[in-house]
Amino acid sequence: MRRVELVLSRLVWFVPTLLGLIIVVFLISNVVPTDPARIVAGENATQAQIDALREQMGLNEPLIVQFGIYLRDLVTGDMGRSLYTQREISSDLLHRLPATLELTFAAMILAIGLGVPLGVISAIRRNSLTDQILRLLSISGLAVASFWLAMELQMYFSTRLGWTPLNGRISGFGPENITGFVVIDSILQGDWASLKSALSHLILPAITLSLPAAATLVRFTRAGVLEVVNSNFVLYETAMGFPRSLIVWKYVLRNALISTVTQIGLVFGTLFAGAVVVEAVFDWPGLGTYAVQSILQSDTKAILGFSILVGVVFIVINLLVDIVHTFIDPRVLK
Amino acid sequence: MSLFGRLMRDRAAAIGTLIIGVLVLVAIFAPWLAPYPEDVAAFHLTDRLQPPSAEHWFGTDRMGSDVFSRILFGARITITIAVIAVGVSVAIGVPIGLVAGYYGRFTGGVLMRTSDVFLAVPQIVLAIAIAQTLGPSVENVILALSLTYWPFWARLVYAETRALKGQTFVEAAQALGASDLRVMVLHILPNTLSAIIVRTSIGMGATILTAAALGFLGLGAPPPAPEWGRTISEAREFLPEAWWYAAAPGLAIFLVVMGFNLLGDGLRDVLDPKLRKGR
Amino acid sequence: MNESLLDVDGLSLGFSGEAGFAHILDGVTLRMKPGEIRGLVGESGCGKTTLASAILGVLPRHALKIRGGTIRFDGTDMLSRTATADQARVRGRKVTFIPQDPFTSFNPVFTIGQQVDELMKWKSPERENAGVPRHPLFTRYPRARRRRDRERILSTLASVQLPQPEQILKKYPHEVSGGQRQRLMIAMALLPEPDLIIADEPTTALDVTIQAQILGLLRKLATERGAAVLLTTHDLGSAYEICDSVTVMYAGQDVEAAPVDAFFNAPAHPYTGKLLASRPEGAGGMTGIPGEVPSFYDPPPGCRFAPRCPRATADCKRRPDPSHPGEGHMVRCYHPIDAGSAAEAAEIVGAER
Repeated sequence: MRRVELVLSRLVWFVPTLLGLIIVVFLISNVVPTDPARIVAGENATQAQIDALREQMGLNEPLIVQFGIYLRDLVTGDMGRSLYTQREISSDLLHRLPATLELTFAAMILAIGLGVPLGVISAIRRNSLTDQILRLLSISGLAVASFWLAMELQMYFSTRLGWTPLNGRISGFGPENITGFVVIDSILQGDWASLKSALSHLILPAITLSLPAAATLVRFTRAGVLEVVNSNFVLYETAMGFPRSLIVWKYVLRNALISTVTQIGLVFGTLFAGAVVVEAVFDWPGLGTYAVQSILQSDTKAILGFSILVGVVFIVINLLVDIVHTFIDPRVLK
Repeated sequence: MSLFGRLMRDRAAAIGTLIIGVLVLVAIFAPWLAPYPEDVAAFHLTDRLQPPSAEHWFGTDRMGSDVFSRILFGARITITIAVIAVGVSVAIGVPIGLVAGYYGRFTGGVLMRTSDVFLAVPQIVLAIAIAQTLGPSVENVILALSLTYWPFWARLVYAETRALKGQTFVEAAQALGASDLRVMVLHILPNTLSAIIVRTSIGMGATILTAAALGFLGLGAPPPAPEWGRTISEAREFLPEAWWYAAAPGLAIFLVVMGFNLLGDGLRDVLDPKLRKGR
Repeated sequence: MNESLLDVDGLSLGFSGEAGFAHILDGVTLRMKPGEIRGLVGESGCGKTTLASAILGVLPRHALKIRGGTIRFDGTDMLSRTATADQARVRGRKVTFIPQDPFTSFNPVFTIGQQVDELMKWKSPERENAGVPRHPLFTRYPRARRRRDRERILSTLASVQLPQPEQILKKYPHEVSGGQRQRLMIAMALLPEPDLIIADEPTTALDVTIQAQILGLLRKLATERGAAVLLTTHDLGSAYEICDSVTVMYAGQDVEAAPVDAFFNAPAHPYTGKLLASRPEGAGGMTGIPGEVPSFYDPPPGCRFAPRCPRATADCKRRPDPSHPGEGHMVRCYHPIDAGSAAEAAEIVGAER
């Protein structure tokens, strides 16, 4: 019951935060309006044509009215039309969301699978050579510009060695679209050739993206384990002869992960943000590439829609983290 | 032992300080240090894409300009962006956090919810949106980064202020009739300084990375500015043959960000033992 | 020799840190017979907890320096770095532990039941080999044994007078009271049916009102089940009430060991005399002992009590060998108090007046 209450109290903040976000992004995108009518009308349009378009697009209304209209449409899922693709922005975004989520989740799995165990090892071998090397690596992982690493990996593994495809998400037609996640769809349909292609496309972007997140998790897990490992319950469990590996990997880790899990929301944020740039390098057909194209086209409404969608995903993830938190740390519910 | 002495005993922090020191010197003395200072704007198309040699340590770029010289000048842009953007973020975030933490309840709630809105979107996304609206220039990158990064300092100072507010020395100052402003500035702020300094060092690294990403996406200083992120994006079409072209600015970014992170870690250990956990 | 259960012989150890080497235990000897309840008494910081931790094998490895001596439990060398498998079989099964602070000694993110089950999974008296398997994370808990262990758990929880044991097992540690937590700790110490229970100041974290109950319970159950108890305490009153015999420590040295009657009626070591006299109800009133406990970084040579001892002579610069003023009574002093002489006792006490 306490859990439901807690979730509800977080949900209450969902709407105002989202509204605030829309206001902020809307204002930002209207501070210096690059005239969308001029872009739509094309280079050879006369001033009269542009003026007519302005009227038609509602650009002559006061900002507050424009905002009201935008909000009204948004509630029905209408984000307007992209100047660039000429399609509904909302359907463009939804169409591209699975690709970004697939990349982000793959990077997340890599980051957790790598970061958490290495963090534990770093902590239990505190100040050893292993620990020193891991600490150096983790601090380096946070200092690399992901777009640069992406290019370097691409140059080496794809162009030089030819081990992985240069860019894109899959070769050929790929599996039939069920979930939108090509890896999952390939497995569902037993299409092993597509699976192999999907994974080989996925691996470099996922590694690039996961590196800073893995580094963050190494640091957090290490700090968390160090904080827990000297506590009285570890002393008690040791004195009572619990197997050492069990103490470390079950009893200590579970406590250490409490602080790590609260960071996972943040980590997801960095991944999602990093995806924008990494996708651009690998030509990954997700939201990031869409956003970059929209930027290049000065497609304000598309950027607005993109920002709002990312905000929603971000808020939802943080909500999920809060819920997971109540499961791994029962004291939260006290 | 002095603060600086203790900091220098930490090997990582000493290396970080060294890197940052070199960066600052390079930024200041770039025109004298660079072997071809005119190459920031000039080009020699006959010498384009030359590999590293004794004359051109990091080779030449697509315009035949000396990559090494341009990297040195790029340090100026990087450090200008980072220092001003972080400075503005601190100037916005610290007072907001202080006021929100001190007045609590309503004012605090409103201010912190506002910062939540800014934190609801990843920084780079917001920065992209702002920089795109304003158009590509160094000033706009600075503005975009300042507007996106201030909530970090606000959050930090807010939490510290909340914790300090209940302490006896603050209550004593209030009881003696000190004004709210005086209590905030003279009693609370000094006690949050170490946390602010640590956060600022690490924030510099993050800001430099975001600025470079904006440059890479074409939202930073317009050409021919030798901005590191932009240089990497220019180098892209010449890979893998002209590997030095992208490698040099990439490594420069890496070194500088590493320097700030190392310094931040060292500062945390020296200044604020209770912050040791985590980043 | 063979009848002793625990045999700590000449144990010297310490920790090296930034401030140098802290020589905590200096030639400590402690013997326990099966079923014996022995108090290990001394002021805070005298090395009681370090000794208990050394027996349990939970001293921090990286800074620990063992200078000499042995700890043998029922034939197992508890200090050897090669006999770790044997030590693992002893720990938690033949020797169990009741910690000082029941608030922080439970893992906060697992239910009490999960933690008791984990203990029984490895340390149930039914388990043939109490040692560590190769892959503890992937070892199953056999279902039949688990069922029988469950019954043991419930009956033991009932015997430590915990109401509604089934409900308690489902709770998290923060959901039960301190007294209940310490009863749970006692139950967990009894469940593996050990030969020795090491209780490190088990009641200091509790309300005064329940301290006596908990200690009484511990004595009763340990006696019923034939387990020996090593109880560290700075509270002479509780030592008197529940112990069969007492070992006194001062600044990392054992100074006297005696059956409880001899200890209270005929103390032989000057420190013991002062300690008894400094009790509120003691002859000297709340006088305290003049001087300070020496630093472990630079302890005085020989008997560490000598700088504060009115009887000290030049001889005391060398550590005295044990002498035996009575049956089961050992003292390490060149100038012990004459047990029969009331005048001597009065002199000790009177010295402070």
